[in-house]
Amino acid sequence: MLLEVKNITKSFGGNKVLKGINFSLQEGRTIGLVGENGAGKSTLMNILGGIIPASDGQLNLNGEVFSPQSPNESLDAGIAFIHQELNLFPNLSILENLFLNNFPRKKIAGISFINKKEAIGKALALLQQVGLDERPQTLVENLSPAQKQLLEIAKALANSPRIIIFDEPTTSLTRHETGKLFELIGRLKSRMIAMVYISHNLEDVIQLADDIVVLRDGNLVNSYTKENGYRLDKIVNDMVGRDMEQFFPLRKSTPRDDTLLQINQLTAPGIARDISFSVKKQEVVGFYGLVGAGRSEVARLIYGLEAFETGEISWKGKTVANPSPAKWIKERVAFLTEDRREEGLLLGQNLEKNIGLAALPQLTFSPVRIINRHHLRSAAREKADATKTKYQSLTGQLVSTLSGGNQQKVVLSKWLLTDPELLIMDEPTKGIDIGAKHEIYGLINRLVESGAGIMLISSEIEELLGLCDRIMVMNQGRISAEFNKGQFNRSDILEAALHTEKQH
Amino acid sequence: MRMSLNKIIQRLLEYATIGLFILILATFGLLSPQFFTLQNLINVLIQASSLAIIATGMTFVLLTAGIDLSVGSVMFLAGVISGKMVVSGAPLWLACIIVLITGIVYGFMNAFFIYRFKIIPFIVTLATFYMGRGLGLYLSDTRAINLPEPFLQIGSAKFLGVPFPNVNMVLVVAIAHIFLTKTAFGRQIYAVGNNADKARKAGLPVNNILLSVYLICGFCAATGGLVAIAQLGAISPTFGIQSEFMAIAAAVLGGTSLFGGKGKVFPGTVVGAIMIQALQSGLVMVNADPYLYPLITGGVIFLIVLIDSIRHKERIKHRRLKVTV
Repeated sequence: MLLEVKNITKSFGGNKVLKGINFSLQEGRTIGLVGENGAGKSTLMNILGGIIPASDGQLNLNGEVFSPQSPNESLDAGIAFIHQELNLFPNLSILENLFLNNFPRKKIAGISFINKKEAIGKALALLQQVGLDERPQTLVENLSPAQKQLLEIAKALANSPRIIIFDEPTTSLTRHETGKLFELIGRLKSRMIAMVYISHNLEDVIQLADDIVVLRDGNLVNSYTKENGYRLDKIVNDMVGRDMEQFFPLRKSTPRDDTLLQINQLTAPGIARDISFSVKKQEVVGFYGLVGAGRSEVARLIYGLEAFETGEISWKGKTVANPSPAKWIKERVAFLTEDRREEGLLLGQNLEKNIGLAALPQLTFSPVRIINRHHLRSAAREKADATKTKYQSLTGQLVSTLSGGNQQKVVLSKWLLTDPELLIMDEPTKGIDIGAKHEIYGLINRLVESGAGIMLISSEIEELLGLCDRIMVMNQGRISAEFNKGQFNRSDILEAALHTEKQH
Repeated sequence: MRMSLNKIIQRLLEYATIGLFILILATFGLLSPQFFTLQNLINVLIQASSLAIIATGMTFVLLTAGIDLSVGSVMFLAGVISGKMVVSGAPLWLACIIVLITGIVYGFMNAFFIYRFKIIPFIVTLATFYMGRGLGLYLSDTRAINLPEPFLQIGSAKFLGVPFPNVNMVLVVAIAHIFLTKTAFGRQIYAVGNNADKARKAGLPVNNILLSVYLICGFCAATGGLVAIAQLGAISPTFGIQSEFMAIAAAVLGGTSLFGGKGKVFPGTVVGAIMIQALQSGLVMVNADPYLYPLITGGVIFLIVLIDSIRHKERIKHRRLKVTV
């Protein structure tokens, strides 16, 4: 057995994120690792990759105990980790990226220099193995996302690995490029390299994996083998942990006829083209697409965080010229950005300051607008309780000490305090645990029932299927398809998101 | 079409700084016939040596997206210490070694606070900038130190017919250039400058790299100071003032990005230093009002930094286009 994972456990503080994981990996086999965000996939792979140590349990590599203390130790042991966010330096050449940590060297007068000739030879051999047809001296910033992905694999191959971990390798690839990648993975497999393949795209995992391991809430809930056949619906149920209807609570309202937000032909060159859609009162409009399809960008254009060139935005029938966050807050339109740590929170401040931030003008008195502390405190407490935020103290605790799910609830509390009529949410459940997710879904429903409209951007198709009245699919900066509730279909939606126009 | 237009803009911006300077030099040439004489050009080269050496060290720091505001104070402090030593009878070679050691120790101090206590380089070196100047003024009783004859002799010495300052400059620049382009450590500096987090994940010795660039910068500042002192023959209380800004300007003018990861010592920084010296000499030759010097130099530096940030923005936009369309 090449690798055995035995009873691996990991806790952060008092929070157990991995609870006794067991599985094994043979030479030349591929394991598909699936699970929702926050299920513990990344943590498990980070332990294997030497980025963090396990709290308990044991790894066996080739029958020997293996406890890597650093990424380099894992690399030396033959485990290569290809992260979702590529670890490349765009300002350096292909060759330099390949050998940054172990350049071939030659000594001249006792000083060690880069042996360029040898490096180029080695680089060309590696590039050929992955089918990347570029000069080794080319700067990485001039490569396409797919080429960068290939380079990252070439980098892994430079250390002659026995195990390669792929973390969401296809998110920025077109379908054609994904096909190429799968061919390459097939070739690696025939060289008896074992692989762990992490992906949200279950179709891909089913196609590639010899075994599938499902994680949920830090537990290994089930595993499947290709020989026995895979069933998509069973895997999805394992991931989600309950039936869909139960997981996404039913909403007691239906969309009304009055339109809140109307977007006409919105265009910003290079970002989005001809975007038209509307959000009605008490309606949830979902946006699905690949990373880089332009979903977040559209939200940012609407909210005035980036400038658009042509098109029209109107709110309740009136045109909004030069939108800005300040204007939208006045109109009671809120925007939960994707990057909550950078853009949604003041991490070094307490909960009360964060929650009060957007609604401060309403919490003031007298013409010079002094903040009504008392009012602020009770309002903050009310919203934090409404979102079921778990905290010790509103004023004595920094937001940075909260878990991802609770941080997101703080952002939500902040916007709830402005009593929004429209809520734009960009990946609201990204990286938060399943319990918090469920609570956020419930909150979305309550908001809609009380009259608000929601524009929901998500990369989790299940989430959109469970919550939305309509789903818009974006592809390369355009809206490529629109689905109404009742005609939702996983594969049609995926198809609309993945299908690429001919490259020029 | 749009893509190619973007590329053209990018290209133009890349050469905008050089073009700007050619324009300025041509103006000087027109206003003062002596400006383009061989003797003047040689003078500019000699006078630019000290700045080029300091700016070379600064380039290392800028490549890691850091900054070192203390170089002018290092020049001054090291000069004062060595000057005091020589005046009180210590041998010249010993004084020179002490100067270089002062530079290295100063660089170490900067680096230590930056990476050990995670204080941003700007603040750390702003503090050490004042401290160095203050200590130097204290040691010299805020009086100029006149150096004995042997010091001046180095300044005007020649090696194979090449003036000593230029020999020194060529040596420092050549070693720095080879180090940056031909060694693994040199290339890793670029990686750290592009993204220190990624570099750490890639297993690079990020702390050692940061430490070494500040050491190198301190060492170069001391060396550059020594070259300047040997030419001047005295250390005045204002010696080295604003050198940090001249050094940053020379590096940025030569194409080094303040955002890290981009830049070259040769030809970049060296050309930048020579251009700034030419600007200063030119102003003298056309008899410009001395009170206008800082105004003009400042204006030019502002323009350069402006161009650099526009260039950086263009790059980001460019990358983004690739993702979506």
